[in-house]
Amino acid sequence: MSGKPRLTYINGRGRMEPVRWLLAAAGVEFEENFVETKEQLEKLIKDGDLLFQQVPMVEIDGMKMVQTRAILNYIAGKYNLYGKDLKERALIDMYVEGLADLNELISSNFFQPADKKEEHLATVMDKAATRYFPVYEKVLKGHGQDFLVGNKLSRADVQLLEIILLVEESKPDILAKFPLLQSFKAKTSNIPNIKKFLQPGSQRKQPIQEKDIPRLMQIFH
Amino acid sequence: MAGKPKLHYTCGRGKMESIRWLLAAAGVEFEEQFIEKNEHLEKLRKDGDLLFQQVPMVEIDGMKMVQTRAILSYIAGKYNLYGKDLKERAWIDMYVEGTTDLMGLIMQLPLQSAEMREKNLALIIERAKTRYFPVYEKALKDHGHDYLVGNKFSWADIHLLEAILMVEECKPDILSAFPQLQAFKGRISNIPTIKKFLQPGSQRKPPADDKYIANVRKIFNI
Repeated sequence: MSGKPRLTYINGRGRMEPVRWLLAAAGVEFEENFVETKEQLEKLIKDGDLLFQQVPMVEIDGMKMVQTRAILNYIAGKYNLYGKDLKERALIDMYVEGLADLNELISSNFFQPADKKEEHLATVMDKAATRYFPVYEKVLKGHGQDFLVGNKLSRADVQLLEIILLVEESKPDILAKFPLLQSFKAKTSNIPNIKKFLQPGSQRKQPIQEKDIPRLMQIFH
Repeated sequence: MAGKPKLHYTCGRGKMESIRWLLAAAGVEFEEQFIEKNEHLEKLRKDGDLLFQQVPMVEIDGMKMVQTRAILSYIAGKYNLYGKDLKERAWIDMYVEGTTDLMGLIMQLPLQSAEMREKNLALIIERAKTRYFPVYEKALKDHGHDYLVGNKFSWADIHLLEAILMVEECKPDILSAFPQLQAFKGRISNIPTIKKFLQPGSQRKPPADDKYIANVRKIFNI
């Protein structure tokens, strides 16, 4: 037993990607166990490894943790990326939940009927530009600090960077009107652990490709 | 000004109900400002009261908190319903996320077509019986304590009771194969703050009816 956290999920971003980001940002090495077939998923279920019969699952500190938010909360708490008190946690939680909503909107594009995909994506990009990013721009402007909460790196910053990069994949100029988010992106990307994670060869995953969709659908349905 | 927490939402369960349960269980009195028309929602937005233009919003301790989970986590932490350390919190989080998933399925029913509703109702019952309730039944059986985590009353217990009652509204005999959960339901329902919340006249909201849903559609443009 290596003692490193072990992530069980498909070889793709999905719901595990924020976990990879957070562990990487915390400088924590982790192993990955890729679910590649339906049989493999069924075995995990039969062996009682998945509390609610679902992945993500992360083996960490003697627990087989499931539920993305539970996993992220634990990692953030353990590695001091969750603020210094209840009020800082409240702010971090609000910011992180907003980003999770935006992430969910982007991911849901995958499930739109083909003829509705483009329109849906445009709506999502509009929400990013009018509902979500202005909030984080304003927060940074308000205190003038490098990090969203408490003048210290937290999971909120890690997740904001993750989502900025995700949105830029669909709309490269999304930050045109957000100068502080632009400098936030540059500064945060340069944090050594994060810089390393952003380089080729890291455990960061790429967007799902069209050709992989049938195989992935088969695992879960 | 200390003040009571003030909840901004429609006069119905939705995403605010779990917050009402948690405050009530913690013995915290709260006020409610009901959004009854689209204009009320637009005013909150225009006044900059809603961080992401959405409700629930709860005014508490000088903050205008949004995002249901953020609000629930804050309340649970503040009122010592979130375990004694990181590991207990991890278990509470896992259990709560499970009941959130289950209740989330039920919450969508009123907004669906009659056909989808019937299909999803069957799914909810199957999931409750085979995916969710067995987990909590086993947890209680394995440690033999009254509460899910750390032998102490927590957010996880409150959320599970809420979920049990909600599923029972869909299928009254859903707990027939779960003796631990039956006993759990009896125990937790009898906790004075919760017992009070379960009585008529409390701030607990009824299930959505057609009239409420029609108004919700108007308010939120959905």
